[in-house]
Amino acid sequence: MYVEMRNINKTFDGFQASKDVSFGVEKGSLAALLGPSGSGKTTILRMIAGLDEPDSGDILINGERVNHLPGSKRGIGFVFQNYALFRYMTVAENIAFGLKVQKKSKSETKGRVEELLELISMRELGKRYPHQLSGGQKQRVAFARALAPNPQLLLLDEPFAAIDAKVRRELRSWLKEMIGRVGITSIFVTHDQEEAMEVADRIIITNHGRIEQMGTPEEICRHPGTEFVREFIDVERFESMMWRKG
Amino acid sequence: MAERNETMGTTYEKDMVGDGVCSLQKVIPPQKREGNHAVKYVLIGISACFLFVMLVLPLAVVVINALKEGWAVYKENLLDEYTVKAFQLTMLATVVAVAVNTVFGIFASYLLSKFYFRGRQVLAALIDLPFSVSPVIAGLIFILTFGNIGWMGEFLKSHHIKIVFAVPGVILATVFVTLPFVFRELFPVMNAQGKEEEEAAALMGAGGFTIFRRITFPHIKWALLYGMILCTARALGEFGAVSVISGHLRGKTNTLPLHVEILYNEFHTTAAFAVSSILVILAVGILVLRNLVEWKRK
Repeated sequence: MYVEMRNINKTFDGFQASKDVSFGVEKGSLAALLGPSGSGKTTILRMIAGLDEPDSGDILINGERVNHLPGSKRGIGFVFQNYALFRYMTVAENIAFGLKVQKKSKSETKGRVEELLELISMRELGKRYPHQLSGGQKQRVAFARALAPNPQLLLLDEPFAAIDAKVRRELRSWLKEMIGRVGITSIFVTHDQEEAMEVADRIIITNHGRIEQMGTPEEICRHPGTEFVREFIDVERFESMMWRKG
Repeated sequence: MAERNETMGTTYEKDMVGDGVCSLQKVIPPQKREGNHAVKYVLIGISACFLFVMLVLPLAVVVINALKEGWAVYKENLLDEYTVKAFQLTMLATVVAVAVNTVFGIFASYLLSKFYFRGRQVLAALIDLPFSVSPVIAGLIFILTFGNIGWMGEFLKSHHIKIVFAVPGVILATVFVTLPFVFRELFPVMNAQGKEEEEAAALMGAGGFTIFRRITFPHIKWALLYGMILCTARALGEFGAVSVISGHLRGKTNTLPLHVEILYNEFHTTAAFAVSSILVILAVGILVLRNLVEWKRK
């Protein structure tokens, strides 16, 4: 297991966001945290990133307990829901930020930024500012920025929520392809089951702060483990999707 | 209480900051309609008359009276020893107040916009307190705290620290009355920014100072400057609180506004107006600066 959560509990102002959460994500896989809003999925992601601290339980990355480590030392890249691009920096400066902070040499930074701009097919747009980009372009920049310091784990919080429906489908396959190409272990949060089914190879279903079930999309559809999953997952729609995928 | 909720809400727009200068520019030009010209001109006329009587005329009177006895006397009045001393003290109090409140304002708005904790609302309300407390009361509060009969009087006396009827008191009072200005301008802007950009930078390993310099500061710099200008304007003109705590010691604890009052009470009318003209000139300068910043912020 590359990422492991063991018996995680987290309470915010009397609201229990995580109840005894345990799961693992294997190296190189693309996992989805799927659940209705308020089910605690973003909290889990933020705890893996070190943005929130669990009240109890262990977080392991690559076999090492990281509870005490700050987020910046966990080897992760994070894509925020609204991308959180630095609005007073250009696209290139956004991507370079993490490298500059790490005091990488100028030539190395420049090379890496160009490489990533190439990867996201935005070579010409390096000098633009975030407000001059479309939603899809912003997401690509956020993705490149998160990847710049070569993290071992990529975390994405509702990566498609801020994009209009038309472009969303296109971006989904783009992101899946990119993650595959980079070969990075990734976890993304979504409330959209279609998105989870289409993009992820492992799905972790959350409800009221608990993990309801985890497995491949197919397993979850064929053998829904709990009453909630049975109701939450639209099996028919999913099967036609599986059929489409072949 | 309604106003408080509005300030604490996350929906507070940047354009709502300030006091009407923005909204003036946001008025949509009305459709061409016959007949409302008359109303328009009547309203313009009333506004112009009102502003003339309330603002332009008094300011003109200040300048005219200051120069009534000619340039030589005006210059002499300005270069008077006590006037220069008062000017220096006003400047000192203003610089300290702006510096203290800028640092404090940045910290307070950072704390209140980026962290959630119990008593957040109470703290925000406390910061606004100087707006609702009469300056005279503010002065009295300091006398009752630091004066001879005051709560800390014995302690200060035994350590030979003089606050009341001395320069530190004047500065304290000025800091007190100008305390909310920078915070008031910064808080809504910082609140609207959210903390995701900062979290993103922190996750990449940026330290607190780098985050502030590269992420937070570029976002707040105009609001900060605007708040500092408002703070300066208020500090220069503060009368009530300073009047109570200064003891009116000429050449020692007299600020410009206090000096104007003393001169006026002693029937040195021309001198009083000459000293006033310094404040008027500073005020006009600040007004110009303020509008420049406001314009630049767009």
